[in-house]
Amino acid sequence: MKTSATDLELAIQMDEAARVAHELRLKRDRQDRNGRILKHIFLIIVSCVMLYPLFWLLASSFKPENEIFGSLTLWPSEFRFENYTKGWYALPISFTVFYVNSAIVTGLSVIGNLVSCSFAAYAFARLSFTGRSFFFALMMMTLMIPYHVVLIPQYVQFLNLGWVDTYLPLVVPRFLASDAFFIFLMVQFFRQLPRELDEAAMIDGCSPFKIYWAIILPLSLPAMGTAAIFSLIWVWEDFLAPLIYLNDIKSYTVPLALRLFLDQEGQSAYGQMFAMSVLSLVPVVIFFVLFQKLIVRGIATSGMK
Amino acid sequence: MKRFFARNAPAYIFLLPWLIGFFLLALGPILASLYLSFTRYDMVSAPRWIGWGNYEYMFTRDRRFWKALEVTFTYVALAVPARLIMALGVAMLLDKGLRTIGLYRAIFYLPSLLGASIAIAILWRQLFAADGVVNQVLAMVGIQGASWITDPDTSLYTLVVLAMWQFGSPMLIFLAGLRGIPRDLYEAAEIDGTPGWRQFTRITLPLLAPVIFFNLVLQTIDSFKTFSSAFIISNGTGAPADSLLFYTVYLFNEAFKFFRMGYASALAWFLLVIIATFTAIAFFTSKYWVHYENERD
Repeated sequence: MKTSATDLELAIQMDEAARVAHELRLKRDRQDRNGRILKHIFLIIVSCVMLYPLFWLLASSFKPENEIFGSLTLWPSEFRFENYTKGWYALPISFTVFYVNSAIVTGLSVIGNLVSCSFAAYAFARLSFTGRSFFFALMMMTLMIPYHVVLIPQYVQFLNLGWVDTYLPLVVPRFLASDAFFIFLMVQFFRQLPRELDEAAMIDGCSPFKIYWAIILPLSLPAMGTAAIFSLIWVWEDFLAPLIYLNDIKSYTVPLALRLFLDQEGQSAYGQMFAMSVLSLVPVVIFFVLFQKLIVRGIATSGMK
Repeated sequence: MKRFFARNAPAYIFLLPWLIGFFLLALGPILASLYLSFTRYDMVSAPRWIGWGNYEYMFTRDRRFWKALEVTFTYVALAVPARLIMALGVAMLLDKGLRTIGLYRAIFYLPSLLGASIAIAILWRQLFAADGVVNQVLAMVGIQGASWITDPDTSLYTLVVLAMWQFGSPMLIFLAGLRGIPRDLYEAAEIDGTPGWRQFTRITLPLLAPVIFFNLVLQTIDSFKTFSSAFIISNGTGAPADSLLFYTVYLFNEAFKFFRMGYASALAWFLLVIIATFTAIAFFTSKYWVHYENERD
């Protein structure tokens, strides 16, 4: 008799609990839907604010000079492409040269980063050797060092080598894995690959070089892709190193050329300056749109930049 | 001996480029700049040893050095929290209850990629100019805006806003961190009737502490190194009235405009000390406020 009473109580309680849970869920669903709509509205507003400067820049690059300031509209009264055509030749040297220069520096740097950083990362992540943890710690410490600290001795060094006003100071360090960030990124990735692969290959008589080339690299294309895109974008936008090492306008990269526009500001060529600014961002935006997934995953896994 | 060589040789061959780079581009230059910081060196005649002279001048007589420190620390103290709060706030909005966030994520991240470029610095100068976009928006609501860039009282804030605009990468890291928090914790809290803000302080913040810590260290180091945008917006000088005299801008000008390489090296070393100190403080205090779930080893 006593047991059945508790059974009954229990049943009532469970029923009550189920009812509460159901109500809670209904309430939450209602709240969720309202919350979702509110969230979307808020996020759309934030997105517009975030993107407005970029669209303003784009719009201004098509506007006639007198319309750029004093107007918030994003639609030019008439589209002027001459900002682009004139801007391209506005400096003593045409932008063709600057783009070729930037492409050379960026291309070589990306190759250098990929080769040298994947070498180092492979050693750190997959090979055991004396001094590994010591060197790994050193490598991680170099991540913290500001470029400004090594800048002056490096400059003196490169000046003595006769490398100033060439691309060597910009490119050679990348072949020496100077961007430790990419080593870190690749180490993170290489470590996730199953050990058994190396062991099996080793038993089959593969050398470490063969393993690197035939197993690790082909499996690491996402990581290599992420590293390639980041290094491409960073080198493309790099300003400080070219500013220091390139003095001859013929060897200028695009960011240095853009700065020349600022020096001529008095001549009110804002439209042209904006047009060339837009063009300098185009490669970055294109790569971002094409490889967004790689970029996002790269940041999430390496947790950097 | 032979076996030792055979075991280590392949690894060191792979490591060779990095090793050369480490000695020639990192360790060597760091030691060289330490040496140079005790000399007077103009790149024409050989460095002349002057002992603590540079440091003495720096700390006791150089007003611009203190100004540069003030500007940089103010910037870091404003920009880092602003950026991180923005990043965390948006990441939390995106994390819960929305089905597709890909487009938002892309839009919010884009400025982080573009922000370091000269084009954006040029754009920023115009946005905050006296007749720029910002003032036109303010004029619509009846506010007479300042001449943001050329007014020493406001110029630094334009760079703080630029830093905030680039909240994308810490946001992505926060998002990854938020994904790692078990959902059932929130559900349990919901059933207990815990209000939203308590869920935030009791669940989200503690469990996200490692990620917050990581972002904080990274963004602080990064902000100390701010250069390009400050250089462009201040016309390369730190103007107006040195209100944009970022430490790196000052260092650059001492070195490559006035060729006071010895003094600039002292500045560089002090920057290294500042950054190392901040990193060390963060790491040593982290055990008191960062709680790692599933701690291994």
